[in-house]
Amino acid sequence: MGDAFKRWLMRKPWIDAAYDPNVRAVAFQLLLVLALVLVAVEIVLNTAANLQKQNIASGFGFLARTAGFDISQSLVPYTSKSSYGQAFLVGLTNTLLVAVLGIVLATVLGFTLGIARGSPNWLASRLALAYVEVVRNVPLLLQLLVWYVAVLRALPAPQEALALPAGVFVDKRGLHLPRVTLESGGTLLLLALLVSVIGAVWLWRTGKRTREEETVERDPVRLAVWALVVLLPVLALMIAGKTVAYPVLERFNHEGGLSIEPEFLALLIGLSTYTAAFIAEIVRAGLAGVPKGQREAAAALGLSRRHALRFVILPQALRIIIPPLTNQYLNLTKNSSLAVAIGYPDLVSVFSGTVLNQTGQAVEVILITMAVYLAISLATALTMNWFNARTAWAER
Amino acid sequence: MNPVAGGDETWTQRTLQRLRDALFPTLGQSLVSLVLIWLVAAVAYAFIDWALLRAVFTGSDGSACRVPDAGACWPFITHKMGLFLYGRYPEAELWRVHLTYALALAGLVPLFMPGVPHKLALLVYMLAVFPLIAFVLLYGGMLGLDIIVTDLWGGLLLTLVIASVGIAASFPLGILLALARRSELPFVRWSATVYIELVRGVPLVTVLFMASVMLPLFLPPDVTIDKLVRALVGVALFSAAYLAEVIRGGLQAIPRGQYEAADALGLGYWRKTGLIILPQAIRLVIPGIVNSFIALFKDTSLVLIIGLFDLIGIVEQSVQADAKWSSPQTAATGYFFAGAVFWLFCFAMSRASSIL
Repeated sequence: MGDAFKRWLMRKPWIDAAYDPNVRAVAFQLLLVLALVLVAVEIVLNTAANLQKQNIASGFGFLARTAGFDISQSLVPYTSKSSYGQAFLVGLTNTLLVAVLGIVLATVLGFTLGIARGSPNWLASRLALAYVEVVRNVPLLLQLLVWYVAVLRALPAPQEALALPAGVFVDKRGLHLPRVTLESGGTLLLLALLVSVIGAVWLWRTGKRTREEETVERDPVRLAVWALVVLLPVLALMIAGKTVAYPVLERFNHEGGLSIEPEFLALLIGLSTYTAAFIAEIVRAGLAGVPKGQREAAAALGLSRRHALRFVILPQALRIIIPPLTNQYLNLTKNSSLAVAIGYPDLVSVFSGTVLNQTGQAVEVILITMAVYLAISLATALTMNWFNARTAWAER
Repeated sequence: MNPVAGGDETWTQRTLQRLRDALFPTLGQSLVSLVLIWLVAAVAYAFIDWALLRAVFTGSDGSACRVPDAGACWPFITHKMGLFLYGRYPEAELWRVHLTYALALAGLVPLFMPGVPHKLALLVYMLAVFPLIAFVLLYGGMLGLDIIVTDLWGGLLLTLVIASVGIAASFPLGILLALARRSELPFVRWSATVYIELVRGVPLVTVLFMASVMLPLFLPPDVTIDKLVRALVGVALFSAAYLAEVIRGGLQAIPRGQYEAADALGLGYWRKTGLIILPQAIRLVIPGIVNSFIALFKDTSLVLIIGLFDLIGIVEQSVQADAKWSSPQTAATGYFFAGAVFWLFCFAMSRASSIL
């Protein structure tokens, strides 16, 4: 019988099949699917059993329940009587706010430093290098703690607040700005803003066309655009009826004005200075990636160093810079979750922190949080891909 | 003609000339340079003033640092050094930590020294043998060594443990993921792509939350899992996805001819990959791999959020919770110390990558 089995085993088709790449591929993938399904089933069963044992509800019904806790900063209306769903919205908008502002600041600082790295001024390039090497090699969490605990919380108490020009105060409770409230003419202002934006875009487009056709001096067009963008809203703001409330020192704090929390400031400063170091390296590499001949050609045309950088080098370098720059924007957004360490009410801190602790619904809360970050990542990646496609080399 | 004096003069002139070219070529540049020189001087003075001139060097509690206008509070660091370096690891057993460090250095130093033979054997030692020895030494429970529960581990020791386990675990995992993403089998490629993109799309904080809160739910109800192990799983799974992308870059840079030549030699998939493709691909992306490791090393500090006290966590805890040492400058001094240690490690790693 053993012999018969051996002979059956040694039949040619069997061996052929065992060594056939296609058969192997199918078998290997079936094994992988089987393993993944088994793991998934095991996880689901265990989770269900564990949740039942701990008496934790499941499902997303908790989002409608009353949250019952306060949040120190919110862009959307929120009180402790609001629902968990609204708390989620507050966290989300706070995350988006710090991410968007952080990206703008990090880009400005990062490009400045990156360009300084290639400066002929020895001191400027060395200082930029020193900045990059120091900031890149220290954990962001520590930098946030430094900004929050050692810098902003070490500022004087409200009674001895530092007074800055234009009625601005800084103390350990944050930055206190005058608050401008519109009383009438809100529509006028909105209209002015709309007109200025549309006008600016239109002027920019036509200006670009004439520039490309006749190589005229571009400055008058640019000036007109800027004048329109800046002057029109300012004019409208001056006409519109408004009240300005200045921050005044009450018993414990500056009241009346617009107060920016130190948690938000620390996170914003920390995120943008940290990311700027990485952006600076990307910009330096991008500038170095433009062929040397382009610089020489620009110099031969009589362009100054600034004009050469602005019109010849940077536009070409951008094509190298944008893909890694996208990654840094995503990193900044994801790093904003470190807010939880200094108590800024971002998505993770409000939702994966407080809400999770109150409801105990870990699976739902963490899945929602992760889904939100994934969606932000995908949206940023899509936007930057679109921008990248617009600035990419025209294939010849 | 006096060659010495003449040479001297031209040297001075040349230096001055070079200085002028570097710092003061035009009026605008000169202004920039002057502002920068002032900036450097101001920062340097402020630092020296804080760290040396106004600093407090002796004292057995924070009282000396509480005087107005005091600078850095150095006794805070010297008194807490043991805590910062080892957490609450028992003092009598510290030789085990030191022996582990010595064994690690014995493997790492020759690995990074150019011209030392048997690099592969050293790598195998570091990746396969050393972790076992380190576990037995640090945790104990074998060979007559007492068990030191991981709750007592902390400070720099914990930072190094998380970082090195993370590196050792994520490296093979990252290679497998990168190979899977380049696989010709659609389901394998698809699963690897989904995993990598999912992990890269979310912050480490949420992965750590997941490892700390959800991992225990995933396991059978009677299994408990150490908090440190949960953090390690989270860090390794997270880092592997980033490493996979770096290694994939290396794999893509290998010319087709190499694959075809290996096929022509009759090598199977694993031998082709292990002997021909991977050694070349990994050599190409060493800087990227080291960058991932530096990022992982810095990221270990996030375990603070799930209640483990690495170097930064334990400094933060001492700063916030120890009333005996509380003073206006305690926090700044503690952070400066932690930052300096992290900076040294990260900078050394980035320098080492240029040697490899």
